[in-house]
Amino acid sequence: MAASSVISSSTFLCKSSSSKKDLGISSFPKSSQISIHRCQRKSIVSVMAPQKDRSPGTTGSVKTGMTMTEKILARASEKSLVVPGDNIWVNVDVLMTHDVCGPGAFGIFKREFGDKAKVWDPEKIVVIPDHYIFTADKRANRNVDIMREHCREQNIKYFYDITDLGNFKANPDYKGVCHVALAQEGHCRPGEVLLGTDSHTCTAGAFGQFATGIGNTDAGFVLGTGKILLKVPPTMRFILDGEMPSYLQAKDLILQIIGEISVAGATYKTMEFSGTTIESLSMEERMTLCNMVVEAGGKNGVIPPDATTLNYVENRTSVPFEPVYSDGNASFVADYRFDVSKLEPVVAKPHSPDNRALARECKDVKIDRVYIGSCTGGKTEDFMAAAKLFHAAGRKVKVPTFLVPATQKVWMDVYALPVPGSGGKTCAQIFEEAGCDTPASPSCGACLGGPADTYARLNEPQVCVSTTNRNFPGRMGHKEGQIYLASPYTAAASALTGHVADPREFLQ
Amino acid sequence: MASSLPTLPQALPSSLTKTSSSATFRSPFLIFSGSTSFIPSSISLTSRGTSSATIIPRAAAAESDSNEALANTTFHGLCYVLKDNIDTDQIIPAGAACTFPSNQQERDEIAAHALSGLPDFHKTRFVEPGENRSKYSIIIGGENFGCGSSREHAPVCLGAAGAKAIVAESYARIFFRNSVATGEVFPLESEVRVCEECKTGDTVTIELSDSGGLLTNHTTGKNYKLKSIGDAGPVIDAGGIFAYARMMGMIPSLA
Repeated sequence: MAASSVISSSTFLCKSSSSKKDLGISSFPKSSQISIHRCQRKSIVSVMAPQKDRSPGTTGSVKTGMTMTEKILARASEKSLVVPGDNIWVNVDVLMTHDVCGPGAFGIFKREFGDKAKVWDPEKIVVIPDHYIFTADKRANRNVDIMREHCREQNIKYFYDITDLGNFKANPDYKGVCHVALAQEGHCRPGEVLLGTDSHTCTAGAFGQFATGIGNTDAGFVLGTGKILLKVPPTMRFILDGEMPSYLQAKDLILQIIGEISVAGATYKTMEFSGTTIESLSMEERMTLCNMVVEAGGKNGVIPPDATTLNYVENRTSVPFEPVYSDGNASFVADYRFDVSKLEPVVAKPHSPDNRALARECKDVKIDRVYIGSCTGGKTEDFMAAAKLFHAAGRKVKVPTFLVPATQKVWMDVYALPVPGSGGKTCAQIFEEAGCDTPASPSCGACLGGPADTYARLNEPQVCVSTTNRNFPGRMGHKEGQIYLASPYTAAASALTGHVADPREFLQ
Repeated sequence: MASSLPTLPQALPSSLTKTSSSATFRSPFLIFSGSTSFIPSSISLTSRGTSSATIIPRAAAAESDSNEALANTTFHGLCYVLKDNIDTDQIIPAGAACTFPSNQQERDEIAAHALSGLPDFHKTRFVEPGENRSKYSIIIGGENFGCGSSREHAPVCLGAAGAKAIVAESYARIFFRNSVATGEVFPLESEVRVCEECKTGDTVTIELSDSGGLLTNHTTGKNYKLKSIGDAGPVIDAGGIFAYARMMGMIPSLA
């Protein structure tokens, strides 16, 4: 009964972390077990000695330190402590889905919970069509229609709909790439648990939250219950210090790291990024860093929230949140340190994100096109960077250069914001002067190939330098296409030379 | 309005016919002090009618008519051998991912594209052009199998094409999780690099046991130990995440 369940508090105090194989005997959360002082009952069910408030410090027990991710998951599972390996049921704060996976996820939800079932919380689900939007493919169009029906039926508050495919600007609700939209619309908050039916959901970890990608079946489960079964991951720590060189971007940092640890180097683990360089990064740069955590196999990426984070978030949401930070005595399963001031622009050569090479060592590689876009490299700052380099160079591109802003807002920024140092020109003007293609309708575009009529899809075995996130065979369309992953600076420089190029050729 | 939405056929693993109190599971990874269930609001517990629609098959062995025990599960057939880092775009090209398997016809469509993203130096196709079933029921892979996207189309297309199990050196986590959650293919791990030891077309048998399993290559006469399925065991045993949650009393059982 209630009193005895409080006294048997072995799950609450003094959790031993020495047994690595111990998967964690976890009581299913009952509010009475979270902390002693909340156990007061109004009716007397038994007589017991008065319970003093016994915080761990006063008992002399050793407080086990937790990493940021462990803390977020502990709180979300209503436990005071979790250790890597624990299988826990976690409360979900936000579930995101898009046009490709949404229909499947909702289909499974209805199959398992019934045709009349209602989602666990219509305000915690964000539906963002973005993958296959501007296409004549009937199935792709059908997916958006299906999501509209589900959202209507379930009264989903956040559905960024698009009905006029011929003119994206005619759709006031439409946003574009889900991971960028989530941030821009204020759905990313420190300390929360965000899941999405897309592998790059890990992008949101830039905000100091637990964010990871899940499949349709898991999403269907979350739709009905608001919970998910997760195994607590151990954390790998990456400390990046040193002043960021003017020609280096977050994309170079993450390509450097993935090249270091390989595409499976972080499998089932958290990648936690900290250090003075990280602190100097803008939110968009932090998003780029966390975006490619999945390319190293990582479960989630995370960056401690600071003034930069709070400033961004507080301007976009009024939902209260509570950031958490890794304890000083937390355990990390690996520690990597980088002196960023010594790093150089890098690319990932075909056909793997870990096939790292210095950009300057690839300058003999002739290229056929350049693609600037996606959640990884299609944000406002990415276009600003490319424009800055084009302006500094004062030349025209030598190969077709495709520009796909991630969201409507990014598209508008490209056309409205002045590029520093250019005398008031916008990105769009600079791109036009450099001979780039006109910025296209915002979506995921050709990052993942898509239906045959997708803008900028690789339909021939060409060589492309791209600011996107994966370059496995066939990723952008043609199986023999060769994709070099790069930063916006490197992509712009390559467009100007017609070869893979180090941006220092134009920025120094 | 509901008629405009594709509905999935009811999947009714036989484990659901057991009441949760009699369910035994071998490894109690989670101990619950109470069975607090979280029920979606306004769901009627008796609203699930019987279904005559096609049941989405689970990756179960021929002789096993329930998913209750991983032990006694056997797979047998020809194997298709791949190497490292087979990413989801090779398993199912993104362009083909517009379908979602809401009915048998779309399952057949997606099956036809299973592993069609492999570069052309893979001379032997997993599914022959024009067909939608593979003659290979077991896939053998290297490291990091299934890396890339979280799209469930990856394990689904393999299962739809007739694959029953994968034996890889290691998996990418989302693909592994999706395989377990959908029940489309059993994701098994070998202790050595079996992708170097087997060739496409070899006849193999997989026998699972409590401590892992054994892969026997009848063509070469060698056998290889398989690792225990680990934490995913109870979920697979139960028949997937929904069945597992029902067994735990966390969501209501179907009427």
